[in-house]
Amino acid sequence: MKSVSSILARFLHSDAQADRVVPQSGFTAQLTLFAAGAMAFLAVFALALSLAAGRLAEQWGNELARSATIRIAAPAEQQQAQTDAALHILETTRGVAQARALTNEEQAALLAPWFGAELELDTLPVPRLIEVIETSEGMDAAGLRLRLSAEVPGAVLDDHSRWRAPLVKAASRLRLLGWASIILIAAITAAMVTLAANAALAANAQVIAVLRLVGATDNYIAQAFIRRFTLRALIGAAAGMVLGMIAVLFLPRGGDETASFLTGLGFQGVHWLLPLLIPPLAAGVAFVATRMAARRTLEGLS
Amino acid sequence: MIELENVAYSYGGGELLSDISLKLAPGSFHFLTGPSGSGKTTLMKLCYGALLPTAGHVKFFNTDVRALTRDDVAMLRRRVGVVHQDCQFLDHLPVSENIALPLHVSGRSAEAQGEDLGDLLNWVGLTERAGALPAELSGGERQRAALARAVIMSPDVVLADEPTGKVDWEMSQRLLRLLIELNRMGKTVLVATHDLSLIRATKAHLQARVLRIASRRIQLAGADL
Repeated sequence: MKSVSSILARFLHSDAQADRVVPQSGFTAQLTLFAAGAMAFLAVFALALSLAAGRLAEQWGNELARSATIRIAAPAEQQQAQTDAALHILETTRGVAQARALTNEEQAALLAPWFGAELELDTLPVPRLIEVIETSEGMDAAGLRLRLSAEVPGAVLDDHSRWRAPLVKAASRLRLLGWASIILIAAITAAMVTLAANAALAANAQVIAVLRLVGATDNYIAQAFIRRFTLRALIGAAAGMVLGMIAVLFLPRGGDETASFLTGLGFQGVHWLLPLLIPPLAAGVAFVATRMAARRTLEGLS
Repeated sequence: MIELENVAYSYGGGELLSDISLKLAPGSFHFLTGPSGSGKTTLMKLCYGALLPTAGHVKFFNTDVRALTRDDVAMLRRRVGVVHQDCQFLDHLPVSENIALPLHVSGRSAEAQGEDLGDLLNWVGLTERAGALPAELSGGERQRAALARAVIMSPDVVLADEPTGKVDWEMSQRLLRLLIELNRMGKTVLVATHDLSLIRATKAHLQARVLRIASRRIQLAGADL
């Protein structure tokens, strides 16, 4: 089996005159250009989705993994004493970088979406919340729970693991979905190019017969088709990629945290370079698909 | 050069050729004759590897064609020039590029192509028609272009299938002279034709062996011309 490098070398060295032996056919040319362009456009979005989901998974994972909440649900006359006791325990707990009790105003702001901005906390038995920020090493949540249960009976530690895990999992799945979409797009591109190449080969059976009559090898004949379809896929995918990147560039930015996922779709920093890989990858897919189609057809015509 | 040993060829359940033995020796000139449908074109195709025999052996330059890959056959076809009855051109390319096609597929440089092509166009009298498309040529011009393409690689063997089938007498004589000239240059020539007057016209110029296909078999058609 010949190496990929020798195949590519032959491809690059085949001259333009070799292309001329096969007549231009409008239908297959347009189909390949359009399919490659549309698929590249979609691939840019799938890539943007995948990268954004990856960033989100990492962000949620990091932020939630470093924070915890202690809820002090005690009778009103004991609440302050238990809060102080819990804060004292936290001061001596390894892995805790910072701990503080939320003020009444902060707690009211958290409840405002449900009870309105005019809420008087004194009228409701609202537990006191303590925000805990962990160091990068993290704390021993199980050990802390034991100490709290012994010394602060009204304290409940929530390290966010219950709802952190599904969020991170969902974001990871979304990232996986993005990559799966890119693979599907590559497969569809291969299928479309194969169809177009088969149509071109069938339409040029007489040309192939003449080339064989004058001593053309299968490689020579295949190259004429491979080169053409590879270049079409490259050009179509480049156009689709540019359009896709422009569309991503003009997606809305900013907004509040609830919309951060939608407004964060797109590329950041060096990730803007990744879509540039799409045209050569599309050309590679077209190269392989056309080569296989040509081989199969030429064997069938022998 | 090309040798057929007890070759048979069947198609669609019927045997078209049976027990054919033929040897094209270097520098020889053969006519292959017989009525339409007798199997002349099939025999020609067996001679350049376009068809494989269903029995017997076809040898290209001492190698059995069954032992050759498709690429091997392609390489050997560069040593066998073929003129088809319907010429078989690439209709979208001008005559000059069609004639130069064997040089191009064999990887010869553009300069070499230019030199050989100019001489050949002059030889077949198509210099003025070099830029025309095949569809714009007359029957005789197409046959001469096909002959030029067949010999541009300076092959050892030239196979011509009914080269004068669609041209007038004068043009057929002109084509015949070109074939005779090739034979005098040392090429082995096999011409399939049903035109006996063409065979008789050759008599004055050279010794040619006349083979006739009848009842699926090949036989020597009387004395040599």
